[in-house]
Amino acid sequence: MAESHGGAKGPEANAHTEAEGGHHGGGFPPFDSSTFPSQLVSLAIFFVALYLIVSRIALPRVGGAIEARQNKIDGDLAEAQKLKDQSDAALKAYEGELASARSRAQAISNETREKSNAQAEADRKTLEEQLAKKLAEAEKTIASTRATAMGNVRGIAADAAGTIVQRLTGVVPDAASVNAAVDASLKG
Amino acid sequence: MTIDPIHQFNIEPLFTIGHIGNHAIAFTNSSLYMLVAVAVISLLMLASGTQLVPGRLQSVAEISYEFVATMIRSNAGAEGMKFFPLIFSLFMFIAVSNLIGIIPYTFTVASQLIITATLALLVFFTVLIYGVYKNGLKFFSIFVPHGVPGYILPLVMFIEILSFLLRPVSHSVRLFANMLAGHIALKVFAGFVAMLGVSLGAVGWIGGVMPLALTVALTALELLVAFLQAYVFAILTCIYLNDALHPGH
Repeated sequence: MAESHGGAKGPEANAHTEAEGGHHGGGFPPFDSSTFPSQLVSLAIFFVALYLIVSRIALPRVGGAIEARQNKIDGDLAEAQKLKDQSDAALKAYEGELASARSRAQAISNETREKSNAQAEADRKTLEEQLAKKLAEAEKTIASTRATAMGNVRGIAADAAGTIVQRLTGVVPDAASVNAAVDASLKG
Repeated sequence: MTIDPIHQFNIEPLFTIGHIGNHAIAFTNSSLYMLVAVAVISLLMLASGTQLVPGRLQSVAEISYEFVATMIRSNAGAEGMKFFPLIFSLFMFIAVSNLIGIIPYTFTVASQLIITATLALLVFFTVLIYGVYKNGLKFFSIFVPHGVPGYILPLVMFIEILSFLLRPVSHSVRLFANMLAGHIALKVFAGFVAMLGVSLGAVGWIGGVMPLALTVALTALELLVAFLQAYVFAILTCIYLNDALHPGH
């Protein structure tokens, strides 16, 4: 490649290439064995240095960072799981508490309802008794009033009958016969 | 103007750090880009914080970590995590140096065969040594596939052993050739733009739109290749290590 190029560019470039070739021991640089010892020593120094840096410092460091992150993620996931379990347990406890509170409330309300029903029943009974008593009293009063009124009616009727008989006949009738007649007509 | 597509692969010594025998060991441009890659990876992995909720940089660091970790687990099993630092280093080193290499005027470390061959041999010997250390001679059962008729077994074993020995070659050349070819293609097409403009004037500059568009498209492709080759290198490492970890399969 160098030759053909040198040919194209004329003697000047050719001379240059040759001069360089001469300077480096001739030939294609990668195959120039005079440079090998220097390269081998450099490679040995720098590759060993790189190996030591990589194995002693760099990989433990980067690997440590990756591991620390993984541990942190695992730890956080475990923590999250723990918290989730806790919240699940709390939710379950809450639901249990709510159910028992609800049943307790049910029981209390049933009890209260029964108690108030019984109370109302009892109140109703006493009230009915009182009312019945008052009714009986009232009926008694009505009966006596009626008896009195009926008595008065008899008196008035007897008086009226006596007076009518007196007017019609001019004779004052016998009270006993008037009464008997009134009684008879009242009964009839 | 030098438009030499090979020039970018030159190793330029910056300063000398010592001698081994009569070889001068230099700190080169290649060394510099290795240093840059190591620095970028270290910066990414160390300066990114360890927040519970990651920022941008930390996300990139963690995605790289998880990406390589998942790749190992799915290809070499959970035991493969022993080699996590090695595979992570290989993947990041190749990926980052390849991505840096796409920036114009930079150097691509994996475009040097010696580098990719060394990394591939590192993997090869890790597999071989660890496989024998962990499984003893049972490790060599990877060369004896189940359910093969006896008369064909020697041939199959020969092929298996050959393919095992050729692993570092294919492992290294795949990465090297991909990076080399990609950068040469980029340089050639980018070079066309300037060559057309210089040699043909205004017509050339207008005509240069085509290679320029191709360069843009190739850069996008090279971004993919840079990542993909690092991924392929790392996943092959996982698959090879799986042989050492579970030779029965």
